[in-house]
Amino acid sequence: MKQYLAFVKKEFRHIFRDKRTLLILFGMPVAQVMIFGFALNNEIDNAGVAIYDMSGDYESTLLQNRLNASSYFFIERECESTDCIEESFRQGKARVGIIIPHNFGKDLLTGQKPEIKIVSDASDPNQAQVLTSYATAIILSHVRDRASVVQQAPVVNAIPRMIFNPELKAVYMFVPGVMGFILLLVSAMMTSLTIAREKELGTMELLLVSPLRSWHIIFGKVTPYWLLSFMNAIIVVLLGITVFDMPMNGSVPLLLASCLLFSLTALALGIFISSKANSQMTAMFVSMMGLLLPTILLSGFIFPIENMPIVLRVISNIIPAKWFILIIKGLMIKGSGMSILWKPISILAFITLLFGIAAIKNVKPRLNQ
Amino acid sequence: MKEKVITSNKLSRKFGDFVAVDEVTFEVSKGEIFGFLGANGAGKTTAMRMLCGLLAPSSGSATVAGYDVSTQPEMVKKNIGYMSQKFSMYEDLTVKENFLFYGGVYGLKRKAIIERLSMMLGLLNLSHVMNSLVGSLPLGWKQKLSFSLAMLHQPGIIFLDEPTGGVDPITRRQFWDLIYEAAYDGITIFVTTHYMDEAEYCDRVSIMVDGSIKALDSPENLRKTYNAASMDGVFQELARGTSTK
Amino acid sequence: MKPAISIQNLSKSYKEVEALKSISFEVKQGELFGLIGPDGAGKSTLFRILTTLTLADSGIVRVMDMDVVQDFREIRNRIGYMPGRFSLYQDLTVAENLEFFATIFGTTIEENYDLIRDIYVQLEPFKTRPAGKLSGGMKQKLALCCALIHKPEVLFLDEPTTGVDPVSRKEFWQMLKRLKNEGIAILVSTPYMDEAALCDRIALVQKGEILSIASPDTINEAFHGTLVAMKSHRMYELLTTLRNHPKVASCYAFGEFLNAALMDGDEDWQSLEMDIRHKGFDDLVAYETTAGIENVFMQLLSQAEA
Repeated sequence: MKQYLAFVKKEFRHIFRDKRTLLILFGMPVAQVMIFGFALNNEIDNAGVAIYDMSGDYESTLLQNRLNASSYFFIERECESTDCIEESFRQGKARVGIIIPHNFGKDLLTGQKPEIKIVSDASDPNQAQVLTSYATAIILSHVRDRASVVQQAPVVNAIPRMIFNPELKAVYMFVPGVMGFILLLVSAMMTSLTIAREKELGTMELLLVSPLRSWHIIFGKVTPYWLLSFMNAIIVVLLGITVFDMPMNGSVPLLLASCLLFSLTALALGIFISSKANSQMTAMFVSMMGLLLPTILLSGFIFPIENMPIVLRVISNIIPAKWFILIIKGLMIKGSGMSILWKPISILAFITLLFGIAAIKNVKPRLNQ
Repeated sequence: MKEKVITSNKLSRKFGDFVAVDEVTFEVSKGEIFGFLGANGAGKTTAMRMLCGLLAPSSGSATVAGYDVSTQPEMVKKNIGYMSQKFSMYEDLTVKENFLFYGGVYGLKRKAIIERLSMMLGLLNLSHVMNSLVGSLPLGWKQKLSFSLAMLHQPGIIFLDEPTGGVDPITRRQFWDLIYEAAYDGITIFVTTHYMDEAEYCDRVSIMVDGSIKALDSPENLRKTYNAASMDGVFQELARGTSTK
Repeated sequence: MKPAISIQNLSKSYKEVEALKSISFEVKQGELFGLIGPDGAGKSTLFRILTTLTLADSGIVRVMDMDVVQDFREIRNRIGYMPGRFSLYQDLTVAENLEFFATIFGTTIEENYDLIRDIYVQLEPFKTRPAGKLSGGMKQKLALCCALIHKPEVLFLDEPTTGVDPVSRKEFWQMLKRLKNEGIAILVSTPYMDEAALCDRIALVQKGEILSIASPDTINEAFHGTLVAMKSHRMYELLTTLRNHPKVASCYAFGEFLNAALMDGDEDWQSLEMDIRHKGFDDLVAYETTAGIENVFMQLLSQAEA
């Protein structure tokens, strides 16, 4: 036990004496959350609209005003032709074009169902989709309002309501993602790096020659990073709640427990990598390509898993971060409890166990040559 | 009086409060083998870096091959060869590729490089390794090749930083044969070593202690002055007590 | 008394490279045994096998009469090891390093202070300095302290003095002498031939083979032929002249002299001296000399290569 504590103490000394490590440990999570929260924002904010109003009557002007009044759009240009819309797309001034047909007002009031065309600049398909649906929603609701005022006849009214994230805030998606990413980075990459460093410097030889058992070395290495990554998870959650108004609807102890579980997964992965990698370069490369990249791409952090081809969807199941993100989203946003989350949690626990066993099996009491 | 190719005048270098090199003054003549000795941390490497134009002096001046090390470092670098104690060839390239690369760095023509390389390999009896990967060669051969590499652009002065660390005694002597040969051809050799028997092979030896040169003379005179049987004795006498710094 | 180290027919290969070719030798308890050989001779591999870090391909290796494969845990408790490279934590201070190694060996600095006192007093002024900022000689002393902190019975030192200046080297060897007097068996490797003279016995190693084992006093008996030391002011010319002389088998520089070995069976060195003097080396100094460790090693090397 004394030996283990001495090891932990030494490890903390390494961490606190190396500015780069400190920066990665504490600067990184904050920077990540800020970057994802503010910069990589795919919410719609005042998108330019090029409008081609062939009707030019009272009703069409009302519609224009309605669009302009929403915080999502503003009328950038009034066009006289469809070419003009294309032109403003090309100039990058407008991202949506709206074409109002002849006799819009008359048709609307007589129940003729006039056809409004929404054109969008699909060079950024995700955004085009979001823009189109926003514009559609606004136009439909306006048309419905007007029609019912005039005809005073009951029409079927479908009112869409986005629950859990009514403002469609991207940050709700990013905070759990960043948490997974940071925990993985700190726990897996940093542990694999420090073990590889001991090998590179030759100190591993001394540790192995000493009476230290493998578990002393492993747990001694892992403990500080486990604590630190847990702290990091808390920092990220707090940032999400205070800066980005993330809700915290579920159980806090369960959230903390999930963070601990996931960092354990990451640590197991880190040890597994370091048992194979003999240099910091290799350790870095393997963690980057083998862990961080798949986590970003396949965990649903940035790209929705539902839209992936079946092969990737299957692969995504072995990405621990996918389950972690599910759990965190469920906890923070939906306020789900154990009765719902038992499935992803037990899957994550199972993966952890698997990697943990693989990692411990791979640590040998001798140099691997 | 022979032409002076290295002159150092009160050359100094400080790192913060620490004076690594303290007003070092000496001259080296053309074709001389100059041994630059000192305990670990005595300031040898720092002094050598300044002379090679890699590090600017804090005060004092030095010229190498007629160029000022602080104002014309690029010209200094062009006119010297340098072999570091760390092996400096790319292990995953062949001998020829390494030479073509470094020759290219010095602006030599491909044909000239290959001609000179063939000639030098011939002298080393290593013609057969021209197309071998450097990583596959024994340490002694690599060391000799490194020396040839430093000589590739026909510099007038060569700086050797502990060139014989860890090689077997025969290879070590073969290496010194190369040094002798080069000096015989008029090339100036500036060499550091921890092998005191090698100090005897130098024309003159300087011993650096705590940043300054404590002794500078031929090995023979040094032995006489310090009443020692060998250069090891001289070194022990001069550097004693400083190793605990 | 059982030997401290016993090695029988030990072989080890890495892929195509044969690092150790069926070597055998013993180190007695309390003996200072030197492994002399250049880089790549297989010394570090041997150390790793003896310290239970690497498994041998074949052969029987015992340390303190314990098998390096089966009893590796017990061996680890009772040996000290200084790897070839400086292997302490550069970002930890002198005191922190020592304390760490004391703790992982289940002891404290105070408990075994007697053994390291002589070395540690020299380090004490730098107690709070990070190990990475020490000079080469001091680093080695710290590493030695760390290897000694648990009072090992056998000490393995892999090239402890490589790259260290002559003064620090000498001090280091004085420490080894003292440790030997405490009864600790020491296996030490070095590329410096002059250090070999300080060992009780030495083994000359090259390319995974032991060329010869002897005490420094008797190793010169392994040399055959007549050896002449010569010097002149024109050393390089003298060297080439001697090398081209039909009576000379080999000629190398040794300090201020050249050592020329005569052809097998030829003992008439005076006629060589005359001959050289006639070639214009008026200031020639020549005398017959006895072979040192380095002469022996070089002769064995060239025989092994031939």
